[in-house]
Parts: sequence; structure tokens; C-alpha cells
Amino acid sequence: MKTSSTNERDTKNIPPTTYYQFLEISVRELLIEKGVLSDEDIRNAVKEMDSRGPELGAQVVARAWVDPQFKQSLLQDAPSAVKALGLEIGPVQLLVVENTPEVHNLIVCTLCSCYPRSLLGLPPDWYKSREYRSRAVREPRSVLLEFGTDISDEVEVRVHDSTADLRYLVLPQRPEGTGHLTEDELAALVKRDSMIGVTEVCFSAI
Amino acid sequence: MERDLTSRSHHDMGGLEAGHIKPVEHDYELWEKNVDALLVLLTSMSPKLMSVDQLRKGIESLPPDAYEKMSYYERWIFSITQALQYNGVLTTKELSRKLEEVQSRYETEEV
Repeated sequence: MKTSSTNERDTKNIPPTTYYQFLEISVRELLIEKGVLSDEDIRNAVKEMDSRGPELGAQVVARAWVDPQFKQSLLQDAPSAVKALGLEIGPVQLLVVENTPEVHNLIVCTLCSCYPRSLLGLPPDWYKSREYRSRAVREPRSVLLEFGTDISDEVEVRVHDSTADLRYLVLPQRPEGTGHLTEDELAALVKRDSMIGVTEVCFSAI
Repeated sequence: MERDLTSRSHHDMGGLEAGHIKPVEHDYELWEKNVDALLVLLTSMSPKLMSVDQLRKGIESLPPDAYEKMSYYERWIFSITQALQYNGVLTTKELSRKLEEVQSRYETEEV
């Protein structure tokens, strides 16, 4: 699993071949010809998209781990708290749900693909798959097991079904033995999947 | 075929039985990001030229087999195009002319 902003087709300049690729070019060029958008607008929007990835969410999580006051405001009013960190999340409502020894949270969008993209970037394909969307709300524990996450029966599993207007982000539990780490070192431990809730944050002292 | 309005729509799949989750992901191609960028721009400009709800409505009203067969951003560009036509931003005539032009442009570029 990897995420990066370039890929084979872009870098090798492979020409479009499918109907929908031609359609994208056609619509884009027509809108530009009509003066609705400019080429630069589109390039900037793509650049902005590429600048957003899970490291932003990880930054938020690490701050919440080291700063109890920030954590409190994050759980109460995530958009304002995140804004105070200098991150822009747009007009969409965001709710941060906290994992504790008693509760494990998982996010899904059963109807489509809603995702906290301002803090995690674009969602992975499996998040948008029929299998994940169907099963996450029905049998979350077996879904979690498929991601290698074994949640004890004593722990409540809460599944949050996102909508176009309300997105969720999981605040994972801070792993044991990380008391000596700096905020940046903590952020480096926090991976995308732990903020979706399919995994937990791991730390092994070397 | 009659559209069955007494059962849930095919996009509404929460809670249904389904197989194992394949942990797949891919680096989004530039054309896919362009589609995403188009939606972001069209829905955020003032006045907006389409809405996110329109995007969803277009995707959700795809016939089930098309919905399953098309990739994620294929559904998006389909729905965006449809919304722009509906909203009077693009006409079918200019679109078909443009599509032909673009297709022949890339055909002639091939060696």
C-alpha cells in the first residue's frame, strides 16, 4: 500500500484510451473555452488535493495526545480546534471520535465514499468497495479482524456512517511506552488506517 | 425493466452480505484527480454550477450494472457531465462535437 502524487500514466505521459478519459478531457476543455474555469484553476485544485494526506490527521492526533486541552476542544468542536492548528477543513462538519480502553470507533460511508479528506487526503479504494461499505456496519469485528485488528469482546465497537455533510475522524489510543517521544515522533507513528479505525497505533521500542 | 421502488436502491448497501475486503488501493491517475478537481471547483464557485447533491443523485440513478462496472471516477465524470447538461452549462451538441475532436486528436497522435 502506498500513496504518492505521481504514477505511471502521468509520468510516462500515456495517452487517454477510455471513453470516460476522453469525456473528462472534453468537459474540462469546454469549461475552459467557455471561461468558466482556467487550466490553472484545475492545476491548483489538483495541487491542493496532493498536498492533503494522512500526515495532517496524524499531526492533529499527536497534538491531542500531548495537549489535553486541545483534545477536549477537538472532541467538542473539531472544525475550530483543527483551524486553530492552522489547518483548513472547508465547510464540511467534522466529528472526532475517541478510542478508549472501553470503546473502539470505526468509520465508513455506506452510501458512497464520504471521508475526512481534508485531513487524510483521498480515500483508499477498499474504503469505497462494496465489501467494506456493506459489512462495516453489520459485522465490524470481523471486518477489523481482516485488517489484523482483534478487539476484545469487552470493548464496545462503535461504527460511524459518514454523510456528505458530516465526516468522522478516529482519535486512536496513544500506545504504551511513548511517554518520552516528541510530538513529531508521535505523529510519525499515526497511520491513515488508525484514523479510519481499522487498525490501532503500534509502537515498539527498539 | 420497471424500477422497483419497494426495495432499497443498489447504492444503499450498508448491512448487506458481502465477501472479504480486498485491501486494494492505487495511486490516483491525473485524469481521476482532474475529475475530482472539476467537482470541487464547480461546486465551490459562486454561483455554483452544480451541487454535490446533484453529483450523488446522478451516481445513484445509474442502473445497477453500470454502477458496478464503472470505476469510481468514471461514475463521477458521468454524473458531472449530466449535471452540467441539465443545468444548461453544456449542450449535448457541443459535447458530442468536442468528444469527437478529442478522440480523433489522440487517434492521430498514435504512431
